[in-house]
Amino acid sequence: MWTRVIALIIKEFLAILRDRKARITLIGPPIVQLIIFGYAATFDLKEVPYAVYDEDSSLASREFLARFEGANAFRKVAVLQKEDEIRQLIDTQQVLLVLHIPPRFQSRLTREGNAPVQVIIDGRNSNTAMLALNYVNEIAANFTLNMARQKGLSGPAAQLVVRAWYNPNLESQWFIVPGIVGLLTMVVTLMVTALSIAREREAGTFDQLLVTPMNPFELLVGKTVPGLVIGLFEGSIIVLLTVFWFGVPLRGSVPALYIGLLFFSLSIIGVGLMISSIAATQQQGLLGAFLFMVPAVTLSGFATPIANMPEIVQKFTLFNPFRYFLVVVRKVFLEGAGMELLLTEYLCMAAIGVVTLFTAALMFRRRMY
Amino acid sequence: MSPALRRICALVRKEFLQVIRDPSSIAIAIVQPLFLLFIFGYGISLDATHVPVACVVDATGPNAREFIGGLYQSQYFSPRIYGSMAEAEQAMIKGDAMATIWIRSDFERQAMTGNGKIEVIVNGVDANTARLVQGYLIGHWGQWLLKQGATMGLELKPRIWFNAEVRSRNYLLPGIIAVIMTLTGTLLTAMVVAREWERGTMEALLSTPVTISEVIVGKVIPYFLLGMAGMGLSVLTARWLFQVPLVGSHWLLLAVSCLYMLAALAMGLFISSFSKNQFIAGQLAIITTYLPAFMLSGFIFDIHSMPTVIQWLTHIIPARYFVTILQTLFLAGDVHGLVIKNAVYMAGLAAFFLLLVARNSRKRLD
Amino acid sequence: MSEAISLKHVSKSFRVGKNTVQALNDLNLAVEKGIVTALVGPDAAGKTTLMRLVMGLLLPDAGEITVFGHSVQREAATVQEMTGYMPQRFGLYEDLTVQENMELYAELKGLSRQGRRERYDLLFRMSGLAPFTSRMSGRLSGGMKQKLGLICTLLSSPQLLILDEPTVGVDPLSRRELWQIIRNAVENEGMTVLLSTAYLDEAERCEQVILLNRGRIVGQGRPSSFLEPLKGRTFFVTSQKGLRRDLALELSALPSVVDVALQADGVRVIAKKGGLEPLCGVNVTAIAPRFEDAFVTLLTQAQEAPSLTGQHSAPNASPCENAPSLTKPLAVGSATNEDVIVVKDLEKWFGAFCAVNKVSFTVKRGEIFGLLGANGAGKSTTFRMLCGLLPATRGVLQVSGENLLRASSRARMKIGYMAQRFSLYGNLTVLQNLRFFAGAYGLKDKRREERIQWALTEFGLTPFQDFTAMALSLGHKQRLALAAALMHEPDILFLDEPTSGVDPLARREFWREIHRLAQRGVTVLVTTHFMEEAEYCDRLLIMSRGEVLVQGAPQELKAQYGMASIEELFVSLLERREERL
Repeated sequence: MWTRVIALIIKEFLAILRDRKARITLIGPPIVQLIIFGYAATFDLKEVPYAVYDEDSSLASREFLARFEGANAFRKVAVLQKEDEIRQLIDTQQVLLVLHIPPRFQSRLTREGNAPVQVIIDGRNSNTAMLALNYVNEIAANFTLNMARQKGLSGPAAQLVVRAWYNPNLESQWFIVPGIVGLLTMVVTLMVTALSIAREREAGTFDQLLVTPMNPFELLVGKTVPGLVIGLFEGSIIVLLTVFWFGVPLRGSVPALYIGLLFFSLSIIGVGLMISSIAATQQQGLLGAFLFMVPAVTLSGFATPIANMPEIVQKFTLFNPFRYFLVVVRKVFLEGAGMELLLTEYLCMAAIGVVTLFTAALMFRRRMY
Repeated sequence: MSPALRRICALVRKEFLQVIRDPSSIAIAIVQPLFLLFIFGYGISLDATHVPVACVVDATGPNAREFIGGLYQSQYFSPRIYGSMAEAEQAMIKGDAMATIWIRSDFERQAMTGNGKIEVIVNGVDANTARLVQGYLIGHWGQWLLKQGATMGLELKPRIWFNAEVRSRNYLLPGIIAVIMTLTGTLLTAMVVAREWERGTMEALLSTPVTISEVIVGKVIPYFLLGMAGMGLSVLTARWLFQVPLVGSHWLLLAVSCLYMLAALAMGLFISSFSKNQFIAGQLAIITTYLPAFMLSGFIFDIHSMPTVIQWLTHIIPARYFVTILQTLFLAGDVHGLVIKNAVYMAGLAAFFLLLVARNSRKRLD
Repeated sequence: MSEAISLKHVSKSFRVGKNTVQALNDLNLAVEKGIVTALVGPDAAGKTTLMRLVMGLLLPDAGEITVFGHSVQREAATVQEMTGYMPQRFGLYEDLTVQENMELYAELKGLSRQGRRERYDLLFRMSGLAPFTSRMSGRLSGGMKQKLGLICTLLSSPQLLILDEPTVGVDPLSRRELWQIIRNAVENEGMTVLLSTAYLDEAERCEQVILLNRGRIVGQGRPSSFLEPLKGRTFFVTSQKGLRRDLALELSALPSVVDVALQADGVRVIAKKGGLEPLCGVNVTAIAPRFEDAFVTLLTQAQEAPSLTGQHSAPNASPCENAPSLTKPLAVGSATNEDVIVVKDLEKWFGAFCAVNKVSFTVKRGEIFGLLGANGAGKSTTFRMLCGLLPATRGVLQVSGENLLRASSRARMKIGYMAQRFSLYGNLTVLQNLRFFAGAYGLKDKRREERIQWALTEFGLTPFQDFTAMALSLGHKQRLALAAALMHEPDILFLDEPTSGVDPLARREFWREIHRLAQRGVTVLVTTHFMEEAEYCDRLLIMSRGEVLVQGAPQELKAQYGMASIEELFVSLLERREERL
């Protein structure tokens, strides 16, 4: 039996890797994607363009505004003289926000202790808007506290001291890039497996395989191993790039990560082979892979938290292997988790893998009729 | 009718019949837009609300109580009291709490001297959510400071234009329309042209008196209409099912969409002019147009935040301009300056790709 | 001017990877008006390239091509307007109906709206497609597809018709109908036709034949002119003892023999110049040459270095003792009485459609059994059920005593299978393919290496062992596929249309190999479209619409129905059956 399985495995590797173009598509695009997405997929605010409309022009207002000029997140692009300029600047997206300081700012601040500052934000991208507003909030609160300390207190006051665990500077990259390990491993493994049987069907070689003494189990093993090896290899390259190129710390145990990667690859191979054994043509295989991939990525917590989704969609994500792997990869990378914390995730991915692989093996033959 | 026109009509008719009868074309043109809209409409949200927060309050005074009490009033938090820091940390590790607020026992005394400390630990793994939570807490703290009457200070009056409820759906759904149109325009077109080569129908077609520009026009018209139908469907779904406001003019939206559709089709035709194999054409289309439309168009991730080199790269992606226009037309209205500027770039790219197609297509097999 | 097409010093080459392939080499050619000219030649002779050049779909590297005096390079549009072209896989839109395909091409060719109806009616009547106008063309049988393709090119009554293998993969009945349409067009509308074909009997019936090999013209003229040099070199040999296919194998080993082929109850032999040497124990009769003989001879000469000729004396000059004896005993294991394949009342239903209806037959050990039928007759379905690729609905199905669908790996070790299309791994090399199949059949270590070496030498693949399978010529692909199927020395060999699309030379080579195998006791079950190949079988079965029409040995069947060839028998049986329905 093992002679047959090994022959099949060697053949699969040759079929995938013999072609120079195929080798390049397996390695090139994922790495380019990792680099581009690693940098592009960021929610961090950098150099938010803003304008100032200061109607007071007092010492206090200048002091307040100076705090923005010192901040990395902001970049002043205009100083306004008239209120109607605001509209035009925001409409055409030249600035994301405008700080409007009304007249009598300083006198209200000193006399009434309460001076309003208007912040006008472009809400077209609500996430950016919220983040920017939070920055403004922070600067304003610190300004207030500082004033209090200088001018004397009239009641209790406290400072808010925020520390972030695992990701002290709250860098998006630390969140996104380990996720890409899973994303690209999934894409490559799925491409290798989802088309493998469909391709053989189109070429007529699948019949040729079925008349050999090979049984479905041997076929399954022969088709799984190459996908697994390629998946693990691809995953390893990306893990290395994540650590050494992007400088994301790998704090947890490497074996814990690899056990996760193994189960994850298996579950994706199962899905891929299932798609492949249903699809009659490569085009259908491609479409099937696509139809699986879009929700698998969207509903995984890769870019947006699962907690923000409606209850019913959250339930649905329980069937998504990527969801579990994201937990594993992030916990291991950033939280330094070991295996004992990840047992649930391992178990869920393994269960998905067993079910899909088994179904695929059943369908190898059945689809023929 | 001139012979050329008759030939084009015949080709368009043929293409429509094929679309109707090929389930995968229907899938890409009609099912896929709805599918993506549903997934994104329901699945993706950056609006964190009811974030679980662990509170450990060792202080007993009214000021601490007031700070914590305020959290209960906010829709952003769902606070929970833990007896000790050890318990709270355990909750953080297990993922039961996103952040911990710790007020030490000497808080009241320190606060009177202005040196009070409210310590916050956030789980920084999901940096974006962590930052939002941190922001919410800072806002809460600022208000608390003012309310305590401890000091005079600033009162921020934020006004968020165009998307007052701050729903991420409102900007994600218009953005996804660009992705959908890219799929129909580029992926579908590239694949159906490659299919004609694969099945040998192109050879038969080229041996008739039909000219190459007629063949191209015969492809452009049906998929243009199909793409626009998908676009219309998406707009309707976004508007009525997901309640995304559409402030700008419908006609302007239509005109700009037509322009983008042309650019997408031109890219599809360009890809198919050098790849006569469906599989390769499909992969090329996904890698060169679909993924950039997703990642580099500003549809989810803000272009401003990207490194300069990548920002520069986004300039050759037509989807970038279209996403900007879509978000503006939907949420801000007819900002003519912005729309026209982006439309001009888009038209330029469309023309560029069409020119390449014209240069690359000959009525020959080699 | 009587020339429809003229080529002057035309050359065309393609880049394939790093190599340049010379498809056409300084070709000079003239095709006469108003007649049918056949273009024949082995694979990769340059036939398709030539036709594409004439259509203006490719540009020549050098030379001048004119069609009715118009330069193709400069006036491609004019040429395309007056020419109808049918590519090899005719460009029918499979998801359009027959009528819609016609409409599309009518519009593309600028057929006027008036008179279109009559033209449709005429063409539909001529092709017998009238009842199927609303059927999707993808659901037509192979023969009907070709007919539809042909009438689509005839729509605008072009002056010139260029057809690239219009009859490939089509059963004899449909083939005849296709030819009637072509003849009609030539006789009634005065069209000029240039067509390529792999069927040499078709070429023989054309007014002119052009024989192309490796981008050069090897011969051109009336079919009869090709026969001149073969006068006195063709013989019919029969023997009382043994199987005729064994006789053929022995004959082909003789130095004076160019080629042998099974025919009727004997063997057809082409001798080198100077005739056949004297033979013992067999009857030798001189017969008239036919076009196929010329084809084989010309191409064999072109491929081999010119051999010494004229050294053999006349057949009856030498005494019998010196002559090779052709009466060796039968090889061990040839046709015994043991039933290896048993099929009884086999039925296959796809929903309400009955694809195979109560089919019964048996195949004995060492026998070559042919399964014949028109497209869609159910022979492929039967075949797939036998191989265990498809479950039968009802009936008994035994191969070596087991049903392969449920059979153990051990039982499947006994069979070799060669699919209809080339179905090995195209991007693997010859050696890698062989290694894989050796492994897939569980061959190990030394034995594996032995079998691979055997396959490489036996099938002449050693020089190609590092070629990717895709890059091989069709003939070599076929050999590789057969080698792969034989890796594990199976007792039973299943061949599904093994020679479809293969040129006549490669086809003969292939059959010679099959005969050698049968001689060693391998049982062979084969389906085929080529009726002359039916003559190579020991017994055969003709199917139509899922039912068995007749079965028996070819000679017996011909005698029983009083037909000269299996092809005639086949056509008459089918026609009779169509009439009854």
